[in-house]
Amino acid sequence: MNHHPAAWGRPLPASASFDMYNPQFSAPKAAPAHQMPVAHTQQPLVTGTSVLGIKFDGGVMLAADNLASYGSLARFKDIERLHPLGPHTVIAAAGDMSDFQWLKKELNAILREEQALSLTDSHPSLSPSNIYDFLANLFYARRSKMNPVWNAVLVGGWDRVKAETFLGYVDLLGTTYSAPTLATGFGAHIAQPLLREAFEAKAGTDGKGPLMTQQEATAVLDDCMKVLFYRDARSMNKYQIATVTKDGVVISDSKSSETQWGFAEDLRGYGAQTQ
Amino acid sequence: MEGINTVDLMRLKHGEVNLGTSIMAVRFEGGVVIGADTRTTTGSYIANRVTDKLTHIHDRIYCCRSGSAADTQAVADAVHQHAQLYAAIYGERPPVATVAALFEKLCYDNKDQLSAGIIVAGWDKEKGGSVYNIPLGGGTFQQPWAIGGSGSTYVYGYCDATYQEGWGEAETLQFVKNTLALAMARDGSSGGCIRMCVITEDKVERHFVPGNELPRFWEGKEVIGGLAQTTKPVAAA
Amino acid sequence: MSSIGTGYDLSVSTYSPDGRLFQVEYANKAVEAAGVAVGLRCTDGIILGVERLLHSKLLVKGANRRIQSVDEHIGMATAGLLADGKHLGSRARDEAANFRETYNAPVTVQVLSDRISGYVQAYTCYGSVRPFGISTLVAGADKTGPRLFCIEPSGVFYGYRACAVGKGRALARTELEKVLAKEGGVSVREGVMEVARMLSGLASYLAPLAISLSRSTAVESVKNDVLAIHLVHDDNQDKAFELEMTWVCEESGMKHAAVPADLLAEAEEKAKAALEEGMEED
Repeated sequence: MNHHPAAWGRPLPASASFDMYNPQFSAPKAAPAHQMPVAHTQQPLVTGTSVLGIKFDGGVMLAADNLASYGSLARFKDIERLHPLGPHTVIAAAGDMSDFQWLKKELNAILREEQALSLTDSHPSLSPSNIYDFLANLFYARRSKMNPVWNAVLVGGWDRVKAETFLGYVDLLGTTYSAPTLATGFGAHIAQPLLREAFEAKAGTDGKGPLMTQQEATAVLDDCMKVLFYRDARSMNKYQIATVTKDGVVISDSKSSETQWGFAEDLRGYGAQTQ
Repeated sequence: MEGINTVDLMRLKHGEVNLGTSIMAVRFEGGVVIGADTRTTTGSYIANRVTDKLTHIHDRIYCCRSGSAADTQAVADAVHQHAQLYAAIYGERPPVATVAALFEKLCYDNKDQLSAGIIVAGWDKEKGGSVYNIPLGGGTFQQPWAIGGSGSTYVYGYCDATYQEGWGEAETLQFVKNTLALAMARDGSSGGCIRMCVITEDKVERHFVPGNELPRFWEGKEVIGGLAQTTKPVAAA
Repeated sequence: MSSIGTGYDLSVSTYSPDGRLFQVEYANKAVEAAGVAVGLRCTDGIILGVERLLHSKLLVKGANRRIQSVDEHIGMATAGLLADGKHLGSRARDEAANFRETYNAPVTVQVLSDRISGYVQAYTCYGSVRPFGISTLVAGADKTGPRLFCIEPSGVFYGYRACAVGKGRALARTELEKVLAKEGGVSVREGVMEVARMLSGLASYLAPLAISLSRSTAVESVKNDVLAIHLVHDDNQDKAFELEMTWVCEESGMKHAAVPADLLAEAEEKAKAALEEGMEED
């Protein structure tokens, strides 16, 4: 039996049923080590699914669920994928959780040094866009070394100098973009249209109208997290929302969506079946 | 994100000894219980049926290893050395969190060449008993209970349904024993005996369940409920 | 120093015939000439305070600080060459960050002091370098509670309940011993007054000081420290100075931070008032 996560839940190929107890014969023969290319590009193992972000009047919100999957196994069910950086920035990460933990350590160390130096040399603390630019450079440098940081990250924050919100996306390829609503992975397909619809309903397609209130933004995020739970097989119905305003960062306790399943009770079969 | 279904995860090198394993660690008030089966396989051949997978790291810290035997032994040896050095330099036992951080660093930094899933557990004066799970590829996940190895996949449901906070030593031991027996009963790569270890401030105490005295559960027609003597030995039939 | 000028004071890699390293001793001179730096360990936290001498009226207010942050929970004050202090602070931050990265835990004040002292000591071993012209007070709160260490130019370091480095250290030690001898039956508030009165008498010439008030609270100690620094500062001889204080205590969330400006101002006022009163009595 192949016990590795990639093999879980998959039917055995016809050949494997013959020699499943003898992987030497079924596995393709690897080249001798000295002929192998230098393998760098790892692969995500323990992963988090989509994260969402939206701007509202006076702030920005990020949302992520509490699940770290291992292949299709829901392995760690109480991890936090929202991380505050200083008083006015939050990052949210999808993708490999070991890389995310590494990233948190790295950023925390930088912020700690900045904090230490601020006592002696007065300088403004790192703004959300400073942190975002750092991440963009880091992610691009790492993918150029064929050793990507396997995450898609949203950076949300409040810029104290400009007195405005910030929301940006950066991923393992070094791709960056910014928008008033953002979503990674599955969320980009399922949640982003909902987020945009809600945003543009008030702000208009040019985004120049009034922004939604904090309550409205929370409501649309709650709605998106519910739909993602319905349709994303790597999600769970337990998530947190981080809110950044000029007053700082607040990361909510974990919460669950109210879901609807009752309509399915009277469904019968898959076609003409009636009982 | 994608790619998990297309890339080869079977990182064991050709002919490598695999700890196709069932391992476990559970925290309780005042300490931890760790446990493992004793089977080591190369392919489907049992290379060792009485392996000790409970690996000493420091006075009150052990780890359970899964993945490549060679890789995990090398990593455990390196961390063992680090832990001894820590005690010598700083004049106190390393905290479990620190040992977990040492493991994680090695596993994460060398993720491309290692196949190692490790559970670190132990007692320290700051936190009491604690359990850290370091899966394939690195990352640290602190948990009240952790299971690992190929056999663990069969018993996640049992653990979720059974585990409760507030257990004492005896209940925790029983939980570990039952979980491992269930995992070993369903996973061909796990088996043999159960080795367990209770780690508290005062002691590191070994427990051994021989392969012929394992708790037994449903196996077909009869429900035996862990009473070994109710099944007839093969010789008597 | 009978061996001065005999050639044994040129390099730190050469002992004098009587086994001394003159360059290290000269480094101590640089420390003794510097403005005082005080560290005080309390039951609920720890305080660092320095007097920063202003050599020019053109200097920006609050610039060239002598107390640095090393990690969230540790600060350090230096007395001596400011640039040496900056360099050592940078090294200390690297050491603290390195410990965190390796062990995923904040470094203790003792371990950090040990590492810094090793670095300082290395500068007493080679002919190509000069020793650090600073004494360093390392103060912080870790899992063992509030801790204070002083690292000298030779690389030795000791733990203290309270410590001062800079001008006139020997005199301060004598006064310290008197305070320590009395302390047994004195309450914190009484003790603060006691020390304040004692220092008023010494105001005109006492330079550095060390106070042991292990039962005082952090806030009381700030006032006490400020008082002490003002008292030891001689207006006639020294130039203008600024007061600089940081602490690690409950009020700062057990993090190393500047003492709040209003508290510092209050303490400064009180110190000046006490000093003037003392002068009238003289």
